[in-house]
Amino acid sequence: MADIVIDRVVKEFGSFRALQEVSLTVNDGEFVALLGPSGCGKTTLLRIIAGLETQTAGRVVIGGQDVSNLAPRKRGLAMVFQNYAVFPHMTVFENVAFGLRMQKASQAEVKRKVERAAALLHIESYLDRYPAKLSGGQRQRVAVARALAVEPAVLLMDEPLSNLDALLRLEMRTELKAVLREAGTTTIYVTHDQTEAMGLADRIAVMYGGKIDQIGAPLEIYATPATRFVGGFIGSPPMNFIKVQCSQGQARIGDAALPCPSTGKDLELGLRGEDAALSANGSGIPFDVRVVEPMGSHLLLTGAIDGQPARIVAPPTAKVSAGERVGLTVDPARVTWIDSTTGRALARV
Amino acid sequence: MTTSAADLKPVSTRQSMALPSARRLLLWTGLAVLIAWVLVPIYLVALGAFGGRLGVFRWPKSIWPTDLSFAAMSQFLAIEGVFNALVNSLIAAGLTVVFSIALGAPAGYALARYTFRGQNAYRLLVLLTRAFPLAILALPLTVSFIRLGLYDTPFGVSLIHTVLALPFAALVTQSLFMGIPREYEEAAWVFGCTRFQAFMKVVLPLALPGLAATAIFAFVISWNEVFAASILTVRERTLTAYLLRILAESPLHYRFAGGFILIIPSVLFIFAVRRYLFAVWGIASK
Repeated sequence: MADIVIDRVVKEFGSFRALQEVSLTVNDGEFVALLGPSGCGKTTLLRIIAGLETQTAGRVVIGGQDVSNLAPRKRGLAMVFQNYAVFPHMTVFENVAFGLRMQKASQAEVKRKVERAAALLHIESYLDRYPAKLSGGQRQRVAVARALAVEPAVLLMDEPLSNLDALLRLEMRTELKAVLREAGTTTIYVTHDQTEAMGLADRIAVMYGGKIDQIGAPLEIYATPATRFVGGFIGSPPMNFIKVQCSQGQARIGDAALPCPSTGKDLELGLRGEDAALSANGSGIPFDVRVVEPMGSHLLLTGAIDGQPARIVAPPTAKVSAGERVGLTVDPARVTWIDSTTGRALARV
Repeated sequence: MTTSAADLKPVSTRQSMALPSARRLLLWTGLAVLIAWVLVPIYLVALGAFGGRLGVFRWPKSIWPTDLSFAAMSQFLAIEGVFNALVNSLIAAGLTVVFSIALGAPAGYALARYTFRGQNAYRLLVLLTRAFPLAILALPLTVSFIRLGLYDTPFGVSLIHTVLALPFAALVTQSLFMGIPREYEEAAWVFGCTRFQAFMKVVLPLALPGLAATAIFAFVISWNEVFAASILTVRERTLTAYLLRILAESPLHYRFAGGFILIIPSVLFIFAVRRYLFAVWGIASK
């Protein structure tokens, strides 16, 4: 087991700066998800940790040892690849045993550890098959078993579930979480799927444009996004951003007033769709409903607040119809104030 | 997942059974023509080689061998130097295979996996070696070979044949290695392999079918090459070069025997490596 310290890592591809001074500490046994849209540098960062890519500047320290210039095989880690990279010319058993064989483990030890990893991932029944005869989900299990069989100090996963269909993804996600908790491995998990990151990770590092915008526990990131990007990227529907005028500590939208941090800057009100409630008498923030979508567990209302597009989540039984103007009440403690020019959240009022 | 795949299979076979008869007819006609294209000339050569002295001149030709005799063949093999030439040819072709794989595959790997300055120029230059007519190079080559002590050796011939086969070896293996996902190698590195080990354990086994094809190609190029082999040897001729000289003044059925012998090794070699050509992992290769 080991902790990982990423110290001001920079990666440049030619003149393009894929990573700009990224620093991140992952504690021993912790599960950290690198979450971000494609092209944000999350996979590049993972590959630098694995040693598959060389950083332009900065250090990677694993378990107290500076591994920045070590070959991947000397870093004591295992990896699950996006396309699984299960070797097609080896049986499932040999695939899972691959890392152990490279460590020159004894035959008995290989057998024991392969069988344990196989049992963990429920692939015992097809250990002697070739990967060509396995489904995507089964190959995925083989890839994870291969990584866990070597009992790595650090496990890196690069969008391991993205090639599975939705139902299987949900199943594998739950299983992965159980398996990894049992193994207690320090894990870095790259994904662009926020539900995966929220469900699996102890902490999430949200990346955007080659930087980590925010790192924190899933609920913390959800409730108090540090930037406009984080608020808009996490959550479904994404956070609404409403430009408001703030004077003397009060922002007025329609009839409603919200206490706001008076900094003299242009402000945006960051409001989660489910943090607004329909008021009984139509008072509060006016919301013009354009479309009503019943989603079963809730109603998704799309419309505008003060002429600016917004999405609100209402209880499934609410009586709302398109074209109507309703009033919203908002708990001032649950909104995020964002500086329009920098895109960063301001301290709470 | 597996059950659905299994369910699908009978459906697809039923579909192929239901192929319109016209299309099936076309398919089988095409197959027959292709097979005939390859086999009929070989058969005629074999007929000439084994049909005996008179069979060659008989007209109209009979489809079936009238008097089967190995006389021409055994007499041909007994001609002084034929056996030696055969051995030389095999050595030259074998060395050509070894050299073009040993030199071409790393070049192909480099072209496939790395981007380096002058990559496209290099690719072009590799092909340009074929742009020089061998006839122009013949004299300087002979002189240099004599000086280096390579003249009149199968090894010397194989060097020239390697030059002929190398461009294809490099370009074919390049596309071959490009077809093997880099992720496999990266996985091998992560799980404890050096770059070389990863190549040997993961890339090479996956590349075998393509390498087999490249080997066949190099073998056939060397086996069939006459010009360079004729110029660079005097006594240690390869079979093609030797036959070219002696068959001009031999009876017709000897020529057929010679032609037949020229065909055999290529066919045998292709048979030997065909298993790797069609190797599909997980499906028992026949």
